Amino acid sequence: MQKYYLFILVLFFGMVASSQEYFPENSGVKESKSIYTAITNATIYVTPGEIINKGTLLIKDGKVVSVGKNVTLPENSVVIDATGKYIYPSFIESYSNFGIEKPKRESSGRQSPQYDASRSGYYWNDHIMPENKAITSFNYNTKQAEDYRKAGFGVINTHIPDGIARGTGVLVSLIDDDQNNSRILDDASGQFFSFSKSVKSRQMYPTSLMGAMALLRQFFYDAQWYEKGLSKTKDLSIEAYLKNKNKVTFFEAGNKYNNLRADKIGDLFNTDFVLVGGGDEYENIKNIKATNTSYIIPINFPDAYDVTDTFATKHLTIEEMRAWNQAPTNPKVLSENNIPFALTTYMLKSPDKFKAKLLKAIKYGFDKTKALESLTTVPARLLGKSDILGTLEKGKLANFLITSGDIFNKETILFENWVQGERHSFKPMNQKDIRGNYELSFQGKKYNLEISGKPFQPKGKIKKDSIEFPTKFNYKDNWITAIFTNKENNKTYQASGLFSEGDSFSGKMILPTGDETFFTAKRISSFSEKEDKNKKEKTTPEVLPVTYPNIGMGYAQPPEQQTVLFKNATVWTSEDNGILQNTDVLVKNGKIAKIGKNLSAWGALQIDATGKYLTAGIIDEHSHIAAVSINEAGQNSSAEVQISDVLNPEDISIYRSLAGGVTSAQILHGSANPIGGRSAIIKLRWGSDADGLLNKNAKKFIKFALGENVKQSNWGDNATTRFPQTRMGVEQVYVNYFTRAKEYLKKKNSGMPYRYDEEMETLGEILQSKRFISCHSYVQSEINMLMKVADRFGFKVNTFTHILEGYKVADKMKQHGVGASTFSDWWAYKYEVNDAIPYNATILTQMGVTTAINSDDDEMQRRLNQEAAKSIKYGGLTEQQAWKLVTINPAKLLRIDETTGSIKEGKDADLVLWDHNPLSVYAKVEKTMIDGIIYFDIEKDKNLRKAIKRERAKLIKMMLEAKQGGAKTQKPTKKEKKQFTCETVE
Amino acid sequence: MSTTIKNTLVALLIYFPMIVIAQQTPAPKQQQPITIAGATAHLGNGKIIENSLVIFENGKITTVADATLTKRPYKGTVIKADGMHLYPGFIAPVTTLGLAEIDAVRATRDFAEISSLKPNVRSIIAYNPESKVVETMRPNGVLLAQITPRGGTISGTSSIVQLDAWNWEDAAVKMDDGIHLNWYNSYKRGRWWEGEKGFKPNKDYDKEIQSLLTYFNQAKAYGKSTPESKSEEFEAMQGLFNGSKRLYVYANGEKEITDAIMQLTKTGVKKIVIVGGYEANKVTSLLKKHNIPVLLRRVLSLPSHQDDDYDLPFRLPKILTDKGVLVGFQTMGGMERMNTRNLPFYAGQAVAYGMSKEEALKCITSNTAKILGINNQYGTIEEGKSATLFLSKGDALDMKGNLPVKAFIDGRDISLETHQTQLWKKFSKKYNIPVNKK
Repeated sequence: MQKYYLFILVLFFGMVASSQEYFPENSGVKESKSIYTAITNATIYVTPGEIINKGTLLIKDGKVVSVGKNVTLPENSVVIDATGKYIYPSFIESYSNFGIEKPKRESSGRQSPQYDASRSGYYWNDHIMPENKAITSFNYNTKQAEDYRKAGFGVINTHIPDGIARGTGVLVSLIDDDQNNSRILDDASGQFFSFSKSVKSRQMYPTSLMGAMALLRQFFYDAQWYEKGLSKTKDLSIEAYLKNKNKVTFFEAGNKYNNLRADKIGDLFNTDFVLVGGGDEYENIKNIKATNTSYIIPINFPDAYDVTDTFATKHLTIEEMRAWNQAPTNPKVLSENNIPFALTTYMLKSPDKFKAKLLKAIKYGFDKTKALESLTTVPARLLGKSDILGTLEKGKLANFLITSGDIFNKETILFENWVQGERHSFKPMNQKDIRGNYELSFQGKKYNLEISGKPFQPKGKIKKDSIEFPTKFNYKDNWITAIFTNKENNKTYQASGLFSEGDSFSGKMILPTGDETFFTAKRISSFSEKEDKNKKEKTTPEVLPVTYPNIGMGYAQPPEQQTVLFKNATVWTSEDNGILQNTDVLVKNGKIAKIGKNLSAWGALQIDATGKYLTAGIIDEHSHIAAVSINEAGQNSSAEVQISDVLNPEDISIYRSLAGGVTSAQILHGSANPIGGRSAIIKLRWGSDADGLLNKNAKKFIKFALGENVKQSNWGDNATTRFPQTRMGVEQVYVNYFTRAKEYLKKKNSGMPYRYDEEMETLGEILQSKRFISCHSYVQSEINMLMKVADRFGFKVNTFTHILEGYKVADKMKQHGVGASTFSDWWAYKYEVNDAIPYNATILTQMGVTTAINSDDDEMQRRLNQEAAKSIKYGGLTEQQAWKLVTINPAKLLRIDETTGSIKEGKDADLVLWDHNPLSVYAKVEKTMIDGIIYFDIEKDKNLRKAIKRERAKLIKMMLEAKQGGAKTQKPTKKEKKQFTCETVE
Repeated sequence: MSTTIKNTLVALLIYFPMIVIAQQTPAPKQQQPITIAGATAHLGNGKIIENSLVIFENGKITTVADATLTKRPYKGTVIKADGMHLYPGFIAPVTTLGLAEIDAVRATRDFAEISSLKPNVRSIIAYNPESKVVETMRPNGVLLAQITPRGGTISGTSSIVQLDAWNWEDAAVKMDDGIHLNWYNSYKRGRWWEGEKGFKPNKDYDKEIQSLLTYFNQAKAYGKSTPESKSEEFEAMQGLFNGSKRLYVYANGEKEITDAIMQLTKTGVKKIVIVGGYEANKVTSLLKKHNIPVLLRRVLSLPSHQDDDYDLPFRLPKILTDKGVLVGFQTMGGMERMNTRNLPFYAGQAVAYGMSKEEALKCITSNTAKILGINNQYGTIEEGKSATLFLSKGDALDMKGNLPVKAFIDGRDISLETHQTQLWKKFSKKYNIPVNKK
């Protein structure tokens, strides 16, 4: 058993004062050791691009004095010969919580939810803590420091990883022998932000990502206002933020989409955050590049999955398996796109995992020079410390590594890590490579000793003729020990000798008898490495292409607009002309160009629609697909949040709904509070990015909600502290907010200084009829109430959504001019839907209210045609009336009927081709087109299925090979797809 | 509207003036024979008679014939049903109908008792035949249901009811028909309160199965002797070993279904039904070998895995029946009680994805009756069977055609009125809208 060679040599070359110069020294005599250290004959990477062969690095007092080929050494220099060795600037870790304990969630029993802040004198939200200073809770951790140094790091940036605004960080040199005096390079190294709430406060707001975004925006607005001296009260949080405003701002975003979300906030306030990414940036690299900011990138590439159990493997998605295959290309892709980034160990379990991951990235094409930059010059620049860190130029800190060779080579050994001149030695760099074949002789007999393996961990084997003796071999500090046994007679010999010069060594041998004798060992041939192993590793691994979006059902390329001519279709127009038989529809430049008979168009893709039905795309007025959060439940009004902040273009529900003929949807905030968030009206453009989903022509909308959800009737017995708890209170919430919004507008319009308030701005838009309400509602009393509140404040409610008792007040709704978007036949799931009837849509339609059928559900959304058909069963609407419930009527409710919702020349080509009467349960979608682009095609879908099957098989094979090759694996887990409804509190 | 239908309506109004004033009160016993003439009869066994003659007396079907070929005389009340469609009453298995009224109101929820093994817990005694949700089944053609307890590993014992009754005794058509077992999952949902997302391998899967099998073996041993003290649990289990009760095993994964069948058949359980069966298509030969049917999970549902074909849930019925597996449809899932009335449209959806209409119909009639063991009386329109059937103006598997005008349970002329139709009429009247029964 050979114990891994480990010793730490910390020598002082007079460069680190052990106490500050003006401190009295009582334990000895105060003196300054003014000595130079020169490391000579090394290959020196002064910068990642500037390399000196056989150079000298001269340092003093923790700094580089000189570096070059011909450096004159002062007489008082200690010289360290580093022939054949490499010197690199040491690495910089720009993001960590080194020396700072991660705050823990305080466990507490059941209690009522907390809505208000627990502090006073600070910002109104506990999760905003810019006043926090990492330096006050910083405890230099010697053990951790050693781990980082062994991974090549010399300087580390740390912070308190808790809260949305986290305060300032600390930049630390990894010097052990110091009382923070010279190791603290910066005690306020930038400000830190994230989207995650503090675990130390139970204040509810924000419960969602979009809430965190809104909170940050409002905080920055408030800071601007405070800076102008307009606040009448003191806010220590804002003051702390303003004090550090010009420092670097780090933002832990955590994934490819959150990067964009954080950047968007930064842009609003002309701030460039340094974004701590997620390692998945390669998936939306164009958007990442467009942020035009710098990144800190983790390299915690996922392990391969253990795919030996086929029952377990079925739970894996192509998306997860691809991540294993593609993620190691992330650094390469980032650098090829000239996006500045530093690498971090942050997401790794420990820094010792770093090298293997980095080598993997290099194997996947990451350029070595770029790699070195991402660990030295780039982090130095991001930290604003290029003047002292990142290179070995004159005057910089003497932070460097001594290695046996190219630092990005697997076999390379890190001998020493110097931090501000403090020397940390991991392996003796003068230890000799003793590998080779030796003739071992003692007592006149000759044996063969073969030393192979790694240079610092060689293995020894002793043979006599063809008989091999089991050997325990050890090599340390140039001392060799070998214990070997002759099996035939079971006799054991113990040899120990010192390797000094030349090709031989000698020492004493303890014989089986206990007698001692001398031995000599002479090298007769040198060691040669077997080469076959290396060859295998040099082949670049196969990387599967990224698709749009990058999941199994993604397209190889985003589909493109084309000129399409539908021939001879039965056209359901959703207009007054109803049904057109044997009609052609020409689609050009994304619009419906012409409707008629015997049309022709040069170069058009002609689709024979004989016997088929062409309709406008289905529009869902009430949906929660394609978003990563839906409810901001932390307050009774959340008008400041917006769904457009949290769209998720990868949601498989988009594709499935396209296959059900849906082309547009309103993605609504949930119903957790009377005043919800701003909604996003999207088109289901599968393969586009989040912004690409948005219908840019759509007007502004917001979600309101009434009834059981907003009064928290079904949230458990503890949810009794948030106002309102009754329908009576709901009215008062509206009256109060609208009154305040009115006053806010008045102040704003008066030209007096005012505090910009996103929530009030939004409510103001409603008062000015620039934003429209879609209100979740069930029973007649509350429906009536909101119309009266609207009358009082001089606006109209645009839509009552769900509105299951709309039939009871249809006359009043007609009078108010509000529309209805309802379920076809849902009821009985809570008390307030006890009187919900499937005849609702029919009665409302018959009363002249603009009525739509909505889904609020991923599954129902893909068969809204069937839901519309139920109004034929329940109450006897005509087919054309029923079809309008899911096309032109919801378009009207969403105020997008100018451009979509029916088949009319000039409108967007949002079309669906069906094989049967679209209101029939037997109808299947063959093609779904948005803006003239075919996003779903039943034939193309067949190819996708085949491609998924093939890719799955391929990835599984690759993972099996990886496992056989010794790669670490993880057990497959199954991701749970979140299906949001109004009720989801997130 | 065609003239024929108009005439028929006139005919209906003449013969049945009570159609307009129908009450929700359970209908009285059939007093006189009823003849339905001219309808397209979908017999539920795969056959169809375009122009049919169906007569029933004392609750039993006495004539099923092709009107163009038979000379049998009409009897009793005659319903001229030209252009209409006649179906056996649809059967909704494994449902909690009548065991809860309003999902969000705890006081109304009676479908899941606590404790993990409770075969003796009986759903029938909690069944509320006057549930407002139950009555909404009838206007869609759902006339029979298996009332099923939920929760734990062995949820309890179900019973089969007809959906027009005064009380639960009156409702039961087969009491205590089966025991319901939630098979274990080889993958378990992570502890969300610990921040674990998604599903992880269930380390205890084998252990859980072993302890369950011990329970079955003990129950069987119990039945072989005269026990000193009586165990209600084991008493309830005996029917599984003598074949008088079915074991409904809820399992979706290929591994879970295979383990369940391999292990449970060894314990001597005679009749097994798989409920769920999302991956049953991967084990069809095993299912066939042991003659095990599947009550398939919602046809109208989302695929379980991200990369699954978007239409896999729609195609499963055809895939399974093509392989010779006996399939019935069920509606378990979110908001299932109120949703159970949409059962016919599951069959319609299966037709859109390749099944024939009559095959799909079997999945909500005769197949289900066979699976539940009530096929001697229900599930088809055949002479000698119960007159549990309904007449629809259109194709009852399609939303726009599902328009029952008359429905009978055991020959009783039942009401199609509900709390919902009453509100519809009440408010239509307020607005002077004609109640259009087109």
